[in-house]
Amino acid sequence: VSELTLAQSLNGALATALESDERVVLLGEDIGRTGGVFRITDGLRDKYGENRVFDTPVAESGIVGAALGMAIAGMRPVAELQFLGFSYPAYDQIINHVARIRNRSNHRFTAPLVIRVPFGGGIGAAEHHSESTEAIYAHIPGLKVVVPSTPSDARGLLLAAIEDPDPVLFLEPIRLYRAVKEDVPELYYTTEIGPLRVEREGNDITLVSWGAMMKETRAAASRLEESGASVEVLDVRTLSPIDADGIVRSATKTGRVVVVHEAPRTGGMGAEVAAIVQERALYSLTAPVRRVTGWDTVFPLKRSEGHYLPNADRIVRVAQQTLET
Amino acid sequence: MLTLISPDGTVPDRLPFTLEEMRRLYAEMVEARTYDHKCMAMQRQGRLATYAPFEGQEAAQIGAAAALRSDDWVAATYRDAALMWRAGYPWSLLVAGRTGDERGGQAPEGVNVLPPSITVGGHMIHAVGLAWAEALNGTGRVALTSFGDGATSEGDFHEAMNFAAVYNTPTVFLCQNNGFAISYPRAEQTRSQSIAMKADAYGMPGLLVDGNDVAAVLDVVGSAVGRARNGEGPTLIEAVTYRLGPHTTADDPGRYRDEDEAVGWRERDPLERVRLLLERAGGWSPEWQAELETRASDTIEEAVAMAEALPPPTAEEMLVRMYEQPTTLIEAQLGEIGQ
Repeated sequence: VSELTLAQSLNGALATALESDERVVLLGEDIGRTGGVFRITDGLRDKYGENRVFDTPVAESGIVGAALGMAIAGMRPVAELQFLGFSYPAYDQIINHVARIRNRSNHRFTAPLVIRVPFGGGIGAAEHHSESTEAIYAHIPGLKVVVPSTPSDARGLLLAAIEDPDPVLFLEPIRLYRAVKEDVPELYYTTEIGPLRVEREGNDITLVSWGAMMKETRAAASRLEESGASVEVLDVRTLSPIDADGIVRSATKTGRVVVVHEAPRTGGMGAEVAAIVQERALYSLTAPVRRVTGWDTVFPLKRSEGHYLPNADRIVRVAQQTLET
Repeated sequence: MLTLISPDGTVPDRLPFTLEEMRRLYAEMVEARTYDHKCMAMQRQGRLATYAPFEGQEAAQIGAAAALRSDDWVAATYRDAALMWRAGYPWSLLVAGRTGDERGGQAPEGVNVLPPSITVGGHMIHAVGLAWAEALNGTGRVALTSFGDGATSEGDFHEAMNFAAVYNTPTVFLCQNNGFAISYPRAEQTRSQSIAMKADAYGMPGLLVDGNDVAAVLDVVGSAVGRARNGEGPTLIEAVTYRLGPHTTADDPGRYRDEDEAVGWRERDPLERVRLLLERAGGWSPEWQAELETRASDTIEEAVAMAEALPPPTAEEMLVRMYEQPTTLIEAQLGEIGQ
């Protein structure tokens, strides 16, 4: 066990995967010599060699398409795309080929590959570097979409994603890479893809979130508890397949649900959570399901990030309205 | 452009194949054309979904696949049934696919042929990844990807060619330049004099071959496969051919091309030139032709019967095909769809 940031934990998980399964290879832009734009693959090329960790030409569609070919041929590629906003050139490969080869070949050929993508804002980056468009991927059948928010989940979920017989889009919250530290076991373990994590148990209200927004949600929960509310916090962790049972269980218990995500509101995963709750727990609700989200805008540049990103104040305000209903 | 057999069936230089080899290639082309004609007829009868005929391109497809080892990879398109079949994919599954059944996409174990890509160009990079993996694992397998002239305008063509060259993967790029991307003529598709010359820019050999000459295609693809297997990297081959039929059964070529042109290409028919060659060498007779046609017809009828005998797909299969194990959400929908 050692205390690691989320970034260090991911690096350790990749090293463990390279160590324990010779079918695992890493490929992506700048991941070898420099260890990637966020240094998540730091040192891995030196340690495991240039036939396990590949720097690639600047071509996202090529990276994902080549990874798919490798996966079909029996390898376990882990591709990195530098930012979610840079994933769109690979969108065709992901949707039309990666997510479909099993269906198209009636299980004969499969895509056991992982596409790691840093995502989300809050670091004052240039345009396209702060996207949080997870919903457009969670909508795609054949794909799994995973979002860790803690260092120990990052390790367990990444190793589970690499073991998974189906393709996993693994979204890494940029803002949490170095903002959270936790004791992480060094052994090989996996965290099941699918089940959410109940981060905090409570009875009056359920806050549902994932990724970088977990930090804001956690802060909001603490403030709400100080004012006397009993708050349940769910870290969804897997957006596809989302843990509908886990969400319904909590909603049934507390009767009040607020969903928090940094993606734009309309068509976001918050709508899916709200739909699940109203379909299966409507009569347990004492208040409407509310959403605290990014606005329906392009993710703004540095000087407007504060206007855009949900924070603990907004979450507390909406949660209090919900508690008063 | 390399030609070994002229359209009149003469061999100006030297043919590196035996009479028996040529007879086999001819028989395979006859079988492929029989399949193609049968599918066109079945589509008109409402027994198949849209069909993309390959008539005129038999030599490019049979010649290319004949250069492969039985465990090599093939990533091809919706117009490549002859190529896929020669690489080991059964006719019955090809027919099943065209009836609109995903089970037709399931190559038998040991046959390393991907189901055809319907989007144009996205599959070329898969052949790079497949070949890359085989090279890393030292299996000696190569991957051949087939695509049309239109696909060379896709960005994915560039990415695939570049990756293959950068990583020196054992990939053979086979462009069947059949003159048109649906209606758009090759001359407008690119200002490059040839598609083969594009290979230069990527640092790999580019070869131009008469795509209606099965011997020339086999020879050129064979050398590219040999180079790939030898660790010498990828090759781009442009096989110049012509799609005698429409783009698909939903297309009307009269809207965009002069039928005189098609007549001219019929005179360069890939089957006829081999027939003339064989006849001259004493390896062809009308009786043998009749025998070939009967045998091919029986084979295709049997394949059609097998495809049409598949039980109707269940609703559950559709959901179960999404993941190795149904997810919780798929489980819930399995319950709902079964109600």
